[in-house]
Amino acid sequence: MNYAPRFFTFAAPLRFYRLAGAVSPWLYGVAALFALAGLYMGFMVAPVDATQGNSYRIIFIHVPAAWMSMVIYLAMAGWAAVGWALNARMASMLARALAPTGAAYTFLALWTGAFWGKPTWGAWWVWDARLTSELILLFLYLGFMALVEAIDDTRRADQAGALLAVVGAVNVPVIYFSVRWWNTLHQGASISMTAAPKMASTMLTAMLLMTIACWAYAFAVVFVRARAIVLEREAEAEWVRALPEFKEKGMP
Amino acid sequence: MNACWIILQRDVRLASRRPSDALMPVVFFVVTASLFPLGVGPEPATLRQIAPGIVWVCALLSSMLSLNTLYAGDYSDGSLEQMLTSNTHPVAVAGAKAVSHWLLSGLPLILASPVLGLLFDLPPSQIALLVASLALGTPTLSLLGSLGAALTLGLRNAALLILLIVLPLSIPVLIFGAGAVASYAVGLPSDGHFYLLGALLLLSALGAPVATAAALRISV
Repeated sequence: MNYAPRFFTFAAPLRFYRLAGAVSPWLYGVAALFALAGLYMGFMVAPVDATQGNSYRIIFIHVPAAWMSMVIYLAMAGWAAVGWALNARMASMLARALAPTGAAYTFLALWTGAFWGKPTWGAWWVWDARLTSELILLFLYLGFMALVEAIDDTRRADQAGALLAVVGAVNVPVIYFSVRWWNTLHQGASISMTAAPKMASTMLTAMLLMTIACWAYAFAVVFVRARAIVLEREAEAEWVRALPEFKEKGMP
Repeated sequence: MNACWIILQRDVRLASRRPSDALMPVVFFVVTASLFPLGVGPEPATLRQIAPGIVWVCALLSSMLSLNTLYAGDYSDGSLEQMLTSNTHPVAVAGAKAVSHWLLSGLPLILASPVLGLLFDLPPSQIALLVASLALGTPTLSLLGSLGAALTLGLRNAALLILLIVLPLSIPVLIFGAGAVASYAVGLPSDGHFYLLGALLLLSALGAPVATAAALRISV
């Protein structure tokens, strides 16, 4: 038995297109179900926090969004590098499909953080190390998207984006530690998020449910976007022209 | 090595033939830095406190501003292609171009910074530290910046794209460069900042030319 081809089965845009099309509705369903369950746990079951009252409940979206923002950057850099090194078109397309979702989660983490900060810290924004490095992560996403959008030649765009994403990924720890040392040096906001009280298990459950919902949503939306990118790039291919959705609409 | 030297000489000679272009970054540096007192107010104590940060941010912006011309001329007249197809290794070409960028935009900033220090009423010891931090930090900016320049070669909005790409990567340099002077000003030791600036310079000297060479291969 030769397993090697199986590993690359979905590297073919056609097969990926079919798989992603079949899977993404289910992923949307999973995301909705887990989000409902997570929100129910978060709002109805989880107890009121002793020190922060009800305002802490934004944690159920804030923390999963922050996790996703970092995971997606690594995934994006990884797929972009695979696409560049192995010349795998589908990997490059996936990297480009991941970027807007990652940026959206980063923005969501920042925004919900601001909503959480206002009642608990009394400020929308403090120049805390975590907040600042999350903001810089957003800038890295924006730089990646701006660069790949600016280059018309898709091959060059993919490779340039891959190089930038990898350089960014290498720089992330450097940036994080420099921001942390900068913050401690300035003796800025004397707020420690690490000293938070221990979480009730229901809170943890709600957060895990929301994390699964965020993962599922990210997969679903990235698959849909990747499908669109496949169609865009393979518009001249035989199999795209043979697709029923193309024939119905009478695409040129 | 010889080819690197030739590239350097050529860039310096080209710049000397157009002195007004070559002086643009340093003029930008001085003009933007002198806008801050007009915006913040002429209070000397405030200005002294924020001076290192202002000088560093302006140095960062001005060195980014001159980046889009680093490869653009060579790219449009085809000499970049010749350099890359010659015997010289692309990494050496990228390194030489980064050095020439530093000579033409970083060095003038370092020479102009004491004047800005005087404008912001910094004591001489802090001016000396500011110059030293710029001397150690601006080469890193040139190295990182040349990567951005190579990636955005020949694009429509190259100048703005370089800013968007390189500024997040250069934040550590800004933090430790401005932090060196600021921590000295409040009586803390600033050695650590200089060590870290040196470490960043070493890291980027090792990594950036390789990445820039790869970017040049992608772009050309």
